[in-house]
Amino acid sequence: MSLQHYLIVSAILFVISMAGIFVNRRNVLVVLMSIELMLLAVNTNLIAFSKYLDNVEGQVFVFFILTVAAAEAAIGLAILVVLFRNKKTLETKEINELEG
Amino acid sequence: MFGWSELIPALPEILVLSMGCVVLITGLFTEKNKGGFIIFLSVITMVFAAILTVKDHVAGANFGRELLFNGTFIRDGFGDLLKVVVYLLMIAVFFYTKQYLRQRDNVQGEYFALLLFGTLGIMVMISGHNFIALYLGLELLALSSYALVAYNRKDINSNEAAMKYFILGALASGMLLYGMSLIYGAVGTLQLNEVSQAIAGQNNDMFLILGLIFVIVGIGFKLGAAPFHMWVPDVYEGAPTATTLFIASAPKIAAFALAVRILGQSLDVLMEHWQSMLAVLAIASIVIGNLFALQQTNLKRLFAYSTISHIGFMLLGLVGGAEGIAASMFYIIVYTIMAVGGFGMIVLLSNKGFEADQIVDFKGLNQRNSWYAFLMLLLVASMAGFPPLIGFFSKLYVLKAVVDQGFVLLAVVAVLFSVIGAFYYLKIIKVMYFEEPETDQSIDASFDVKTILSINALAQLGLLVVLPVLFENCIFVTQSL
Repeated sequence: MSLQHYLIVSAILFVISMAGIFVNRRNVLVVLMSIELMLLAVNTNLIAFSKYLDNVEGQVFVFFILTVAAAEAAIGLAILVVLFRNKKTLETKEINELEG
Repeated sequence: MFGWSELIPALPEILVLSMGCVVLITGLFTEKNKGGFIIFLSVITMVFAAILTVKDHVAGANFGRELLFNGTFIRDGFGDLLKVVVYLLMIAVFFYTKQYLRQRDNVQGEYFALLLFGTLGIMVMISGHNFIALYLGLELLALSSYALVAYNRKDINSNEAAMKYFILGALASGMLLYGMSLIYGAVGTLQLNEVSQAIAGQNNDMFLILGLIFVIVGIGFKLGAAPFHMWVPDVYEGAPTATTLFIASAPKIAAFALAVRILGQSLDVLMEHWQSMLAVLAIASIVIGNLFALQQTNLKRLFAYSTISHIGFMLLGLVGGAEGIAASMFYIIVYTIMAVGGFGMIVLLSNKGFEADQIVDFKGLNQRNSWYAFLMLLLVASMAGFPPLIGFFSKLYVLKAVVDQGFVLLAVVAVLFSVIGAFYYLKIIKVMYFEEPETDQSIDASFDVKTILSINALAQLGLLVVLPVLFENCIFVTQSL
């Protein structure tokens, strides 16, 4: 397994997560999952580079990203819950009170 | 390893962090709507942070730069000046927020704690000298802002704005991180100055260019520059006005600092690449911001589009070389002062169960209260860039820097669309002065809020006195970057 393989996997993950946000127009929960996937793509990238360059900084960065991702998921789900309480749905199409 | 003496230049950050925790705990033991003490604590924190920052600045050798904590944190004149502006803005934000939350009987400690943590994030972004530090500052600010936007729990617009802000904010962080990881792969370090040294020889590496593109998209999202501006109007409109006035002011300074630190300080070798990308973003923002603002009837949405065009001007400055960075620093400082005042006016005219966020709500303000009408006139005219006011000079400096660099066409387009933009600012002034008021409800606010708002608006004239000094300072601190 060379560096390229890891980078290609992470690029594919990144593209899938982008598609999940922009193409998927059904459920907000899926969007939250895509955001997590995007951060994991970045982590794969950083770890692959870190190993390849024999430099530990990248792995330290990964720990920070993981921690922040947890906090971000907590806030995202909290917003999701208040939204659901008021709206009673998570369909993206229904969430359109504000124009745009 | 670091010694204890290294903590001293980071004292303002430490102070804001501890006071954020203190305010959070105090809030628990404070009755709802008895928030006077919490607001007092928050304002005092900003005052002391300002004292610490200025003291450090004067004590620092030749105002020189210091790298701390193994080079992850930098203290320099650039950061100090921006931080002092952030403290002043936050003091204004605290007072306007107090007015807004008091009217709605919704004063709670968490709101102010979140504002303080957001401020800490801004300070870390201004002073970060390592991709990890910059990212953590960014997320601290972003996570606090998401919660602040969702503060009106029962208001569906507030929920929806928070959801949109969260998704696009997280997307922007993801883009920025992906770019950072590619840059890391190309140079093998996360330290800004080491990145700059490492790429000195190789400015055509594919990873570097790809990383640069992702980083610029991420920064564009955070700044709300077109074509990444979709979230700005929705969030500005949906969020409680107190939150809008926060996200419209200090975080813009943080995003500017982030752009200068990453693009100007670490990727300076790739300047010709990012200059052309920023020029496209700048022109797109100025055109889209001004054109869409024309048809808005909601004042918060109108200000959102006007923010986009102002951000365009700020990015235009970054295209204009070293002098341009000073000009855009000056621009963003002036703009945030105007923006906080503009939203402060909306807060002032609002009342319990009534948001004065439509242009028609300003009808005949001159007859209701001519002093407030005059203050709003100053703010709006300054945003439009009418000559005797400070907003004119900030535009002038940016355009001068751009023309000096030979980008005359860019300057011409920017001026043309500013003229178009003057139309919607004049519309607000017309409504205030030449139409009959719809209500004769008196505008009541406590004395301190009135004073702060008056100072805020009069600064559009008052800053003229210190104009040369302030601009010289901007040039001086950007030279030492």
